[in-house]
Amino acid sequence: MEMAETNTQATRREPDVELVKTYWRSVGERLLRDRVTVGVALILAVMVSASLLAPWLAPHDPMAGSVANRLKPVGTTGHLLGTDETGRDMLSRILYGGRLSLLCGLTPVILATLIGGFIGVIAGVAGGVVNALLMRLMDVLYAFPSVLLAVAICGVLGAGITNTILSLTIVFVPPIVRITESLTTQVRNLDFVEAARAAGASHLELIRFQVIANILGPLFVYATSLVSISIILASGLSFLGLGVVPPAAEWGLMLNALRQAIWVDPVLAALPGVAILVTSMCFNLLSDGLRTAMDTRLKA
Amino acid sequence: MLKFIGMRLLHTVPILFGVSLLVFALVHMVPGNPLDILLPADAPKEVIERLKAEYGFDQPLYVQYLSWLGRVLAGDLGTSVFTGQKVAGDLFSALNNTLAIALPAAVLGFTLGIALGVVTGLHQGGWIDRVFSVLSIFGVSVPHFWLAIVLVAIFSVGLGMLPAAGMAGDGGWPTSLEDVSYLVLPVISLSLIPIGIISRLVRSTVLEVTGQEFAGALKAKGLRRRRILLHILKNAAPPALALMGLQFGYLLGGSILVETVYNWPGAGQLMNLAIFRRDIPVLQATVLILSLLFVLINLLVDVLQALIDPRMRR
Repeated sequence: MEMAETNTQATRREPDVELVKTYWRSVGERLLRDRVTVGVALILAVMVSASLLAPWLAPHDPMAGSVANRLKPVGTTGHLLGTDETGRDMLSRILYGGRLSLLCGLTPVILATLIGGFIGVIAGVAGGVVNALLMRLMDVLYAFPSVLLAVAICGVLGAGITNTILSLTIVFVPPIVRITESLTTQVRNLDFVEAARAAGASHLELIRFQVIANILGPLFVYATSLVSISIILASGLSFLGLGVVPPAAEWGLMLNALRQAIWVDPVLAALPGVAILVTSMCFNLLSDGLRTAMDTRLKA
Repeated sequence: MLKFIGMRLLHTVPILFGVSLLVFALVHMVPGNPLDILLPADAPKEVIERLKAEYGFDQPLYVQYLSWLGRVLAGDLGTSVFTGQKVAGDLFSALNNTLAIALPAAVLGFTLGIALGVVTGLHQGGWIDRVFSVLSIFGVSVPHFWLAIVLVAIFSVGLGMLPAAGMAGDGGWPTSLEDVSYLVLPVISLSLIPIGIISRLVRSTVLEVTGQEFAGALKAKGLRRRRILLHILKNAAPPALALMGLQFGYLLGGSILVETVYNWPGAGQLMNLAIFRRDIPVLQATVLILSLLFVLINLLVDVLQALIDPRMRR
C-alpha cells in the first residue's frame, strides 16, 4: 500500500519536474549562456584561489627583501613581476596582497548586507513610525559622502584591518537599508502576500516565506555591485595609510609605497593598481550579468 | 513649487541635526580622555587649559554638544591644535582649491557622461555601443588614485607634457595657462568615475525612453531625429541630474585620494594632514563643512529636478 502510494506520487510528480523549471534553474541556465559573466566568474575564482593558496604558490617570502635587489623591472629572472622598493618579490606580494584586499573588500559588504537587510526588512514590514524613524536615521548617514565617512571614522579610530572593515560596513549599511526597505514595501503590497496573510500566515511566516524569499535575489545583485566599490575604498584607505598597516602586503598599500618609484619604473609602480582594477571590474561585470540573468521585476 | 521647496527644507533640518551630532561624536568615538587625542604629547600647559575650557570636557555631554553647536552656528569652527590658528581660514582656502578641480570634473563628467550615454543608447548593440560600454565599465571600476598615478606616469614621466603634482602660484582658481596645466591631470582623474556612472545611467534611460510608445509616435508623426532626441534628453536629464548631484558631493568628499597623489592643497589633503597630526578640530570642521555642502547640493538637485519634471513635486 505504502509502495503504491509512493509510486503514484512519483509518476504524478515527474512530468511537473520536466515542465516547470524552477526560477533558480533558469537563472543558472541564462548565466551559463552569458560568456562574459562566465569568464569574469572564472577570473575571480582564479584570483580568490590564488590568494588563498598564496603560501604554496608564491615563489618568495613576501616580507623578505634585499636592498641589492630593489626595483627590478617586470620580467627579471627569478622575479617574474619584478621587485618593490625594498627588494621584495612583487608576484608574491600581489598574491599575498589579494588576501587582505579581498578580505577588506568583501567582509564589509557581507556584514552590511546582513545588518542593513535586517534593518530594511524591519522598516519595510513595520511601516509607520518605526519605518520613519529608521529611515531618517539612515538619511543622516547618507548625508556624508562615502569616502569622507570612511576616512573620518578610520582617521579617528586609527589604522588597521578591523577599523577598515568597521568603517566600510558603516558606509554600506544605509544604501542596503534603503534598497531592502523599498523592496520589502513593494513585496508587502503584492496580492500573494495579502493572500498568504488572509490564509492565516503569521508575521514571522510572512517575513520568512513571502518577503525574504522574494527580495533576496535583487538584494544579492545590489550587494555584488557594492563589492567593487568596497574593494576600491578599502585599498584607498590603505593607500592613505588608514587601512592595512605596513609591512603587510595589500594592494592599496603597495601602490602607495611604490608611488615614488614612478620616476624609475612606471610599469612596476602601476602594477598593484592593475590587480585592484581587474578585481573591481570583474565584480562589476559579474553584478551586471547576475542582474540580467535574474531579470528581477522588483526595482532596486 | 514653493510648498515643495518648503517641505524639502523642513526635511533637511533633522538631517543637519543628525549630521552635527555625528560630527560632534567623532571626538568622543575614541575611548579614554578626548584631550589625549586632541593634543600632541608635547602640548604646552596653557594650550591644555585653554582647550579644556573651550571644549568644556568636565561638563555633561549634552552641554558640550550645545555649546559646540552654538559656536559653529556663530561661525566659529574651532582652533587647530597643531597651528593654534582658527580652522575656518585654512579650511575655506583648501575648499576653494578642491572646488577648482571638483567643479570642472563635475561639468566634464556630466556633459561627457550624457553625450556618451545618449550615443551608446541610440546605437544599442553597435560597435560604438560596445566600445563605450567597455570604457564606462572601466570608468566605474577604476580606482581613481591609481588612474592618477598612471596619468602621471604617461603625461609627466613619459611625455613630460604636464606637471606631476602641486599647483602653480598661491592656489585658487587658475589665472594663466600654467595654472591650468596643473589642473588637467587631477580633473581628468576625478571625472572618469562620474563619466562612467552617468553614461551607464543615461544609456539605460535612453533605451527605456526609446522603447516607450511616445517615442514611436513622434517618429510616426514624422518628427526629425533631432527633435525626437530633444524629447529623449528631456526624459533622461532628471535622473542624470540627481546622480550628478550625488557625484559632485562624492567628488568634494572623495577628492582626498586624488589630492594625495597630486599633492593638491585641497580639503581632502587638509583632512589627511589633520588625521596624521591628530588635529581633531580641523578634522571635525572639514567633515562638517563637506557634509553640509553635500546636503545642500542634494537639496539644490531635488529642487532643480522638480523644476524640470513636475511629477517630482509630490
